[in-house]
Amino acid sequence: MSVFNQSRKTVIQLIFLAIVGAIIIRLFFLQVLQKKYKQLANEQAIERKVVYPSRGIIYDCKGRAVVTNDALYDLMVTPASVKSMDTAYFCNLVGIDTAQFRRLIYRAILKNSRFRSSVFIPLLSPEDYGRLQENLYQFPGFELVERPVRNYPYPAGASIFGYIGEVDSATIRRSKDFYLSGDFVGKNGLERSYESVLMGTRGIQYLVRDVRNRPQGPYAGGIYDTPSVAGRNLYLALDMDLQTLGERLMQNKIGAIVALDPKTGGVLALVSSPDFNPNLLRGADRSSNYARLLHDPEEPLFNRATQAGYPPGSTFKPVDALIALNEGVITPAFGMVCLGAYYGCGRVYKCTETKPGHASSLLNAIAYSCNSYFLQVFRMIVDQDHHVEDGLVNWDLHLGQFGLGHRLGIDLPGESPGYIPDTTHYDKVFGRGRWNSCTVVSVGIGQGETVETPLQIANLMAIIANHGYYYTPHLVMRVQGGDKALSSFQVRHEIPQVGESDYQTVIKGMEEVVEHGTAFDAQIPGIDICGKTGTSENYKVINGVRVKLQDHSLFGAFAPMENPKIAICVVVENAGFGATWAAPIASLMMEKYLNDSIATDRLPLLQRLEGADLIPDYIKVEKLKVDSLEKASLRRLAVGSRERMGVASNFPR
Amino acid sequence: MNRKNTTLARGIDWPVVYLFFALALVGVLSIFAVEHREGESVLKTLFHFSKTYAQQVKWLSICAIIAIVILQVDSKFFTATANLLYVAGIVLLLVVLVAGKDIKGSHSWLVIGGFQFQPAELCKLFTALALAKYLSGLETNFRRLKSQVIAIAIALVPAFITIFQNETGLALVYFCFFIPMYREGLPGEVLVVAFSLVILVISALLVNKDLLFIILSGLALVVLYLGRTAMSRHRGRILLVVLIWGFCSSFVMFAVPFAFKHILKPYQVTRINVMLGKEINPQAGYNVMQSKIAIGSGGFLGKGYLKGTQTRFDFVPEQSTDFIFCTIGEEFGFIGCLILLVIYMALLMRIILIAERQRSVFTRVYAYGVASIIFFHMAINIGMAVGLAPVIGIPLPLISYGGSSLMTFTALIFILLRLDADRQMVLR
Repeated sequence: MSVFNQSRKTVIQLIFLAIVGAIIIRLFFLQVLQKKYKQLANEQAIERKVVYPSRGIIYDCKGRAVVTNDALYDLMVTPASVKSMDTAYFCNLVGIDTAQFRRLIYRAILKNSRFRSSVFIPLLSPEDYGRLQENLYQFPGFELVERPVRNYPYPAGASIFGYIGEVDSATIRRSKDFYLSGDFVGKNGLERSYESVLMGTRGIQYLVRDVRNRPQGPYAGGIYDTPSVAGRNLYLALDMDLQTLGERLMQNKIGAIVALDPKTGGVLALVSSPDFNPNLLRGADRSSNYARLLHDPEEPLFNRATQAGYPPGSTFKPVDALIALNEGVITPAFGMVCLGAYYGCGRVYKCTETKPGHASSLLNAIAYSCNSYFLQVFRMIVDQDHHVEDGLVNWDLHLGQFGLGHRLGIDLPGESPGYIPDTTHYDKVFGRGRWNSCTVVSVGIGQGETVETPLQIANLMAIIANHGYYYTPHLVMRVQGGDKALSSFQVRHEIPQVGESDYQTVIKGMEEVVEHGTAFDAQIPGIDICGKTGTSENYKVINGVRVKLQDHSLFGAFAPMENPKIAICVVVENAGFGATWAAPIASLMMEKYLNDSIATDRLPLLQRLEGADLIPDYIKVEKLKVDSLEKASLRRLAVGSRERMGVASNFPR
Repeated sequence: MNRKNTTLARGIDWPVVYLFFALALVGVLSIFAVEHREGESVLKTLFHFSKTYAQQVKWLSICAIIAIVILQVDSKFFTATANLLYVAGIVLLLVVLVAGKDIKGSHSWLVIGGFQFQPAELCKLFTALALAKYLSGLETNFRRLKSQVIAIAIALVPAFITIFQNETGLALVYFCFFIPMYREGLPGEVLVVAFSLVILVISALLVNKDLLFIILSGLALVVLYLGRTAMSRHRGRILLVVLIWGFCSSFVMFAVPFAFKHILKPYQVTRINVMLGKEINPQAGYNVMQSKIAIGSGGFLGKGYLKGTQTRFDFVPEQSTDFIFCTIGEEFGFIGCLILLVIYMALLMRIILIAERQRSVFTRVYAYGVASIIFFHMAINIGMAVGLAPVIGIPLPLISYGGSSLMTFTALIFILLRLDADRQMVLR
């Protein structure tokens, strides 16, 4: 029975071939037709890692780094790798209890699966970091990962610099998914205005990971990687010494200081008071600090220098004078008799000065801040064509040219345009044709509806200092590598028609203000200062009642008279006469900037100003209310605000 | 050629030798791809045997020595000792049951002086020899049922012992001896019946057993109705149909559920269910899913040697042993897999060619045994890697890492070459 059946050999061969054929068909489906396996493989083995560039550094005008980068550490956990460790000891080190530990682990698993690492505790304090780092080897599955945060070597300028925070979903949507959840973006101030410059270019690294999610080196030798490019640095006009002094002078006061370089429009100092230490908004306590700032009745997060509107009061009078001279309704020699009040409109408008002859000329009227004189001048301007509507339109046109009633365009977010009442406004309030120059006369002395920001007042001073032009106020003088956005700050805005001699008259008057007039206290030995005080009435609705509060103290100035180097505006809310508080503060600021130091005999003045507590009573009452809130409710506030900020995105959704 | 004229190499079938070394080389390179990390000194690891590919090279060298030794042995030695070796193999299997060591859940390993091996691997070789010996015996008439039963018993006794060692995979291999038996005259019906049984088992697993019972009963009635004229003449056929129906029904209703509940291990049940798509078990499905991802991601041309991401970073479990095919699939793609399958088919066809040119039944049966063992291993191993077969841990011949397996296949092939060299003789 040697050869049983040769054909059975063929059958066996066919069985072999059929099965191998089936395998080949299956392989063809798996490898050639179906693409999903390739994708699945990449998803599980290749990690797309975003490499964050370091953010641009911000320098002040003296080349000092005022906003730098620092590293804090996130404690990361890979739940699957956590095993056999002294949990109690660990919790003790990190400062949590065992229940919290379990909760945080569960959260990490929910968020990122047990094989990928996720944040366990974000932004550890340096002490926690130090303690943990030494002992980390005892806790498998935990690692410390560097997180770039901002550092502020000078604890000042918070309202200028802004802060960075986790990007919210609206921003992600607006950016067309350019930003990813968890990214940090500029939330306010320069960080926000110059976000695109400061952030740099993110790089992407493709890393190969093994099944335990351990990195195993670059994918395909790194040929698909794109490098990250560091953010570009900003160079500011800001003088950090001046800024610090301004914040010191304004402590326990509510108000603002804006100091400009009239020649360039550069912002030398921009103080909004109360201020806060910018270092509060970094690190682990960021969200609770933010919540506290947000609910502080003093509103430290509100940038009063660019966002608050104040009735300009008498600081408005130089503009009044310039417009009148320009329109030709008066000459510098124009004078009138004022005995302490204006009776031209039937109603009595008081004048702070009663000395006879103080309104005998424009120069004197400015120096002694005569209300009667400028009420009269204002009426002469708007009534010159016997048509108050046309007159007011013309008046508003002039004001617009002086940078009032619209945003100046400073490179900070949220600037307020101020407010200049127009004919539409009065038509609405009084009815069409039912108002005249007397109805609106208080506008002429910077009261009534007119509202200006401290920035606008400082800019007005710069215009007068420059004899008729200004550059848009701006903080950033230069961006590393240049930036087109800055070109708008190179445009010289001319005030048309106003003549050189008009400026000289007004400037002379403003010099008189300081030399002999209302702002006697603002004098600095050896420097000619031109300024104008303002004391503006203001009202506030408190508990449903409109209350007249203590006047705002204002002062606008520039110095030196010849070749001005600084234009400044100081506002102290509810502090009384402009000459009492705002003028000496401005004076010290100018002295510091021009002389680089404050004379010894002026130090007592500095101390007196620094020590003065001018917080209005109604705010103190509010503060007491907040302070007396129970801790629990405060915590609730903190959680609420954190959610609004999007910090809570650490939680699983 | 000079070399072929030496006594050692006289009459050797060189194509098989080349194919053997081609596959062994693919194996070493694949294991290297799994284990090697960039920046490591290959020479250092080779000398220290610190990685599995170095171990595999060591095993390969030992196999070369074994091959040379086998080629020196007289062919008659194998016919003479076939039964003895078979008995020794059975004894070894039984010894393992008593003194064996558990490695990865299978009780199939013997440890002798730090050297561990699986007698079940070696026993395949002995069974092939014993089967060849029995079928080539002068007194054997394979047309008789008695001889067929004895032959099947020779093939399946080691299988049953292996099942008790928790090595169901290795046990299944013994069923491949039906192929040489078929070649020697086992009725084709046996293969058909075996195939039908497989279909029945799979449908029993897939389809609800009550529904299946109704289908089977319906089928039986249809057959009875269609064959009513023929059956009226042969009453016996009605009985046959009823018997088949009764067997199938009880098989479906009782035998399969019983086997699943009491004979198979829970993990094996899950694996089979996952393969059939009946159950989504992430743990059992993980291996196959990862294996499919690795092979599928290779694409048409593959990612390139040492550039695989799935097989090199532990995504696929058992990468150097049971799932070594993934490495080839990922790094060399469809083309690479095709070439590998062509090499295997070339080897198998060559062995069948060798089988058919023998004068002695012993060598022919043995050759078919070798071809069947290699084919069964390859088909199940690759089938499991691509998700066509359940996950049973059997190695890919000559490629998977492991000394026992490599030595067994070396012995299988080189004994065949030795016997083939003496094909002019009639061996019994």
